[in-house]
Amino acid sequence: MNPVNYLYLAALLFTIGATGVLIRRNAIVVFMCVELMLNACNLAFVTFSRMHGNLDGQIIAFFTMVVAAAEVVVGLAIIVSLFRTRHSASVDDASLMKL
Amino acid sequence: MENLIALLIAAPLLGAAVLLCGGRRLDAVGHWIGTLLAGLSFVFGALLFADMLGKAADHRTVTQHLFSWIPVSGFQADVTFRLDQLSMTFVLLITGVGSLIHLYSVGYMEHDERRRRFFGYLNLFLAAMLLLVLADNYLLLYVGWEGVGLASYLLIGFWQHKPSAATAAKKAFLVNRVGDMGLSIAIMLMFTTFGTFAFGPVFADVSGTGEGKLTAIALMLLLAACGKSAQVPLQSWLGDAMEGPTPVSALIHAATMVTAGVYLIVRSGAVFNAAPDAQLVVTVVGAVTLLFGAIVGCAKDDIKKALAGSTMSQIGYMVLAAGLGPIGYVFAIMHLVTHGFFKAGLFLGAGSVMHGMNDEVDMRKYGGLRKYMPVTFVTFGLGYLAIIGFPGLSGFFSKDKIIEAAFAKGGTEGWILGGAALLGAAITAYYMTRVMIMTFFGEKRWQPDEHGHEPHPHESPKSMTIPMIVLAFGSVFAGGLFSFGDRFLHWLEPVTGHQEGHPPVSAAVVTGATLVVLLVGAGIAYVQYGRRPVPVVAPRGSLLTRAARRDLLQDDFNHVVLVRGGEHLTRSLVYMDHTVVDGVVNGTAASVGGLSGRLRRLQNGYARSYAVSMFGGAAVLVALTLLMRAV
Amino acid sequence: MSFPLLTATVVLPAVGAIATAAVPAAQRTAAKWLALVVSLATLVLAALVVVRFEPGGSRYQLTESHAWIKDFGVRYELGVDGIAVALLALTALLIPFVILAGWHDADTLETGSRRWRPTQGFFALILAVEAMVILSFEATDVFLFYIFFEAMLIPMYFLIGGFGDRAHEHGEKVASTQRSYAAVKFLLYNLVGGLIMLAAVIGLYVQAGTFSLPEIVQARANGSLHMATGTERWLFLGFFFAFAVKAPLWPVHTWLPNAMGEATAPVAVLITAVVDKVGTFAMLRFCLQLFPEASKWATPVILVLALISIVYGALLAVGQRDIKRLVAYASISHFGFIIMGIFAMTSQGQSGATLYMVNHGISTAALMLVAGFLISRRGSRLIADYGGVQKVAPVLAGTFLIGGLATLSLPGLAPFVSEFLVLVGTFARHPVIGIIATFGIVLAALYTLVLYQRTMTGPVKPEVAEMPDLRVREVLVVAPLIVLLIFLGVYPKPVADIVNPAVKQTMSDVHQTDPKPEVEAAK
Repeated sequence: MNPVNYLYLAALLFTIGATGVLIRRNAIVVFMCVELMLNACNLAFVTFSRMHGNLDGQIIAFFTMVVAAAEVVVGLAIIVSLFRTRHSASVDDASLMKL
Repeated sequence: MENLIALLIAAPLLGAAVLLCGGRRLDAVGHWIGTLLAGLSFVFGALLFADMLGKAADHRTVTQHLFSWIPVSGFQADVTFRLDQLSMTFVLLITGVGSLIHLYSVGYMEHDERRRRFFGYLNLFLAAMLLLVLADNYLLLYVGWEGVGLASYLLIGFWQHKPSAATAAKKAFLVNRVGDMGLSIAIMLMFTTFGTFAFGPVFADVSGTGEGKLTAIALMLLLAACGKSAQVPLQSWLGDAMEGPTPVSALIHAATMVTAGVYLIVRSGAVFNAAPDAQLVVTVVGAVTLLFGAIVGCAKDDIKKALAGSTMSQIGYMVLAAGLGPIGYVFAIMHLVTHGFFKAGLFLGAGSVMHGMNDEVDMRKYGGLRKYMPVTFVTFGLGYLAIIGFPGLSGFFSKDKIIEAAFAKGGTEGWILGGAALLGAAITAYYMTRVMIMTFFGEKRWQPDEHGHEPHPHESPKSMTIPMIVLAFGSVFAGGLFSFGDRFLHWLEPVTGHQEGHPPVSAAVVTGATLVVLLVGAGIAYVQYGRRPVPVVAPRGSLLTRAARRDLLQDDFNHVVLVRGGEHLTRSLVYMDHTVVDGVVNGTAASVGGLSGRLRRLQNGYARSYAVSMFGGAAVLVALTLLMRAV
Repeated sequence: MSFPLLTATVVLPAVGAIATAAVPAAQRTAAKWLALVVSLATLVLAALVVVRFEPGGSRYQLTESHAWIKDFGVRYELGVDGIAVALLALTALLIPFVILAGWHDADTLETGSRRWRPTQGFFALILAVEAMVILSFEATDVFLFYIFFEAMLIPMYFLIGGFGDRAHEHGEKVASTQRSYAAVKFLLYNLVGGLIMLAAVIGLYVQAGTFSLPEIVQARANGSLHMATGTERWLFLGFFFAFAVKAPLWPVHTWLPNAMGEATAPVAVLITAVVDKVGTFAMLRFCLQLFPEASKWATPVILVLALISIVYGALLAVGQRDIKRLVAYASISHFGFIIMGIFAMTSQGQSGATLYMVNHGISTAALMLVAGFLISRRGSRLIADYGGVQKVAPVLAGTFLIGGLATLSLPGLAPFVSEFLVLVGTFARHPVIGIIATFGIVLAALYTLVLYQRTMTGPVKPEVAEMPDLRVREVLVVAPLIVLLIFLGVYPKPVADIVNPAVKQTMSDVHQTDPKPEVEAAK
């Protein structure tokens, strides 16, 4: 199968994730959408690795996974503590980070 | 022997340092230390004089090199002293008359709690003036020059608690500084023209230089001389300087300070000789000032201010003579020396009168004092006869020579200058007779002051009268001694050069004319003040009298143009600095602040809106990259 | 390897600053003494530098060089020429007096808290400034210089903003607002200058491939490093702007009156006598040596700006009602003279400018510190609040007068020598500018004497009637400065001998020779 199709799939997944980040308010959903974008990137990397015939893309995909795992830990912790204090998981409620 | 030169200056300098740093514990003996060191300096001067007389006339110049002062590549200023006949004359005058004034001050300042400091300043004055006349280059002379300015500042403002004294002191220093500016520009011009400002090399190189440059240098030197010697247009400080204690006036007017300008012109004779245009300006300044001072002297009721006008006028004679070139240099200095004697005597006499009259200075409240103060009367009287040029006394010999020399300038200029000098002689006789009559003759006119104290005129103590007597001897005999066999001429000629002047009319006619105008002037004064009683309150007087009382409106001019104008200028500059210069910066800051106020609205705190801008930015970047590739 | 003397002159005050800051809250007197001892020890080291320095020897002496940031060729490179030695000595000399004069300046801020230790902080900051200023004089690596040129702003910012006069006519609240304003203004002005200089420093590196001043100068001299005319001019302007702000030159001068007015007198001395000197020093060392052609190109404009500074500063000083601001404007006038001397491009002018930096430091210190003593007694900076002080405190008035006379360059006192050299040096090349600058000496007399007259003479004001005369500590501060002023006025040869060779080298770097006197030229 033509590897370019995998790239289309990656782009599609990325777009879905990006749209989700922009339009959804629930922090958990936003968070999952971010993960979706990351994994779309991973897919693209692996595809490129295959297309170019070297391992660079796969190595980067591993790095991404490590970062994503770390992010999950931190991100979920933030969301949980946010929910505990505010009883809401809406990202728009946490708008105090302004001048 | 030449090692003594530095000691001449060191003695009074040491005195100043000891007295000013010594503190209260020297209060009891300070005045004697000061007097002693001034006298010591005179002794050194006398020793050097004796040594100099022993040498041939052409080998009398000695120099003493102390150390290299400012060594910068291409610029060499040394502390070197030069003692020749000209500076010797000044040294003896300064230390001699200066020591007498010190002695006089011991009595005069007896009741002043800051007497020690007064003597410290007096010593400083002597040291600065000696440095001025002994320097071997213009820069070192400049040090003495400003040192004199400083000492006069301190002394004129000695009674600092009086605002008028403090203002007068400041004025003297400032006006002098304007003159100093001339001297520094002259030195700079010399440096760029000759590469040096030491006397010897400069005078030697004059012949190879363009007249324009020399005229510029000479005019700048004249500006300096005007400041120090109170010549028009920088004369305004002299009258106010009377705020200082009377011995200070004597010192400033007779031995130091105002003579410095004449010294500078005579010393720089080589430069002036090569710049005839500048010489003409010098003579004009001298002639104008001698009339200006004389007219002012006629109108003043304050005895010291009348004498101040007289000083201005007499210095005008000297400057006039110095401007005449080689025919006048010697006579300028001769008049300077004789003037030193009689003017110091007159001021000390005035001080003695004030001492006996509760510090009253208004001559309209004197009258008939000859009975109460016989010594003062006689010494003052001899000084009076000397200054108006009574035949046989000092002033006669020196002033007459200047008038002759002025006529000898030749042409129309000679007639004008000579005429001015003659007219000045008449006015001098007038105002001095006026002073003499108002003070010592007629009825007593003093009254009790507001506290009910009536003055009890009395003769001053010995420490004051002795200097007056010594000076009176000088006033009587100095001129004759100098003129007899042209001694002074031969003494000074090797340094200044001399050329015999040839007046268009014979010398006897000039002398005769001088005597006639003298009698006329004195006669008018006698008719006005001797024959009828002097009113205690000054009459309103003519327009000229009123203008003369206000120093011919010089101060009003200064006030309106310089003081008011300056105040407006500084005030508007302060405003400008605050609004414009600072405002530009503050305005920039304000506009940055405003801009950031707008921009911070973008920072609304919604994570999703940040995400939109992120995606938007990324999209723009991608689009740009693709576009670049397409192109 | 020999003992790194130059590093020691930096490390000692730096370590002293840390040690002073670490002194426990209860022992603030110990902190004062520690700071004083450290500053005196630094003075000894500086004296050693002066002794070890051979005026006729190679250009940079006592050099040290170590690699620092290898990838960018930044080196820790120190070395002093005559000009640097003179200013190094001046700095080391003034700091003990600043410390001694500011002995009680931080006391009123003491709250007894263990965390907030203003006394320790005050003296530590002063020592920190000293270390940084000394390093700026010694650095021959442009980048190293830049870092410390900027870094000294930080302690100065806190010194200006954190410590003000003990009493203020409008109360503490207004005072503290004005202080913050002054401190921020100081910081912003100098930061902007510094940023522009940073761009120029990077540009220079791109051009030259090294930061080492001696290497660049040599490469430029033997032609191996060629800069396009336009590039050189831009780089020159970048450097010059930063130094002109620091110096300060009209029209970027307005931070100085605010800073000097609000800071305590010792800090004001630190600003004008020590920190600002880095600006004029750097013009002489960096602008002229790195960019000789551009310097010549910019000379007319800079001379005119300097001339404006001279006259403008003096006129504004006349119009001031605040003693400290008056001194600040007088300093602006004097910095005009220094910059004029540097860019007159004659050896008299540049030697004069260097001497002027030293002499101005001493004379301003004398005048400003006495003014500070006066202000601390009455609690007001306004001239109109004084009158007749001479009668009640004659020693104070006398020292004030001598400081003032030094400011107006009275012959016999040190500043005269330098001012005259600057004037002569300028006049030799630009007569008109020289003559106009001479008006500055009349104006200087005006503002000094007006200040003296209004504060010291006249009838005694009731508020000053009880004013005590100078105390022993205060006399110890002022007397040595006055002695130095007189000594250097009568015998400036020792300093001139150190400075002259360096000036000669700078002159040859900019390919300039003194104009010949007319008489000689005619022959």
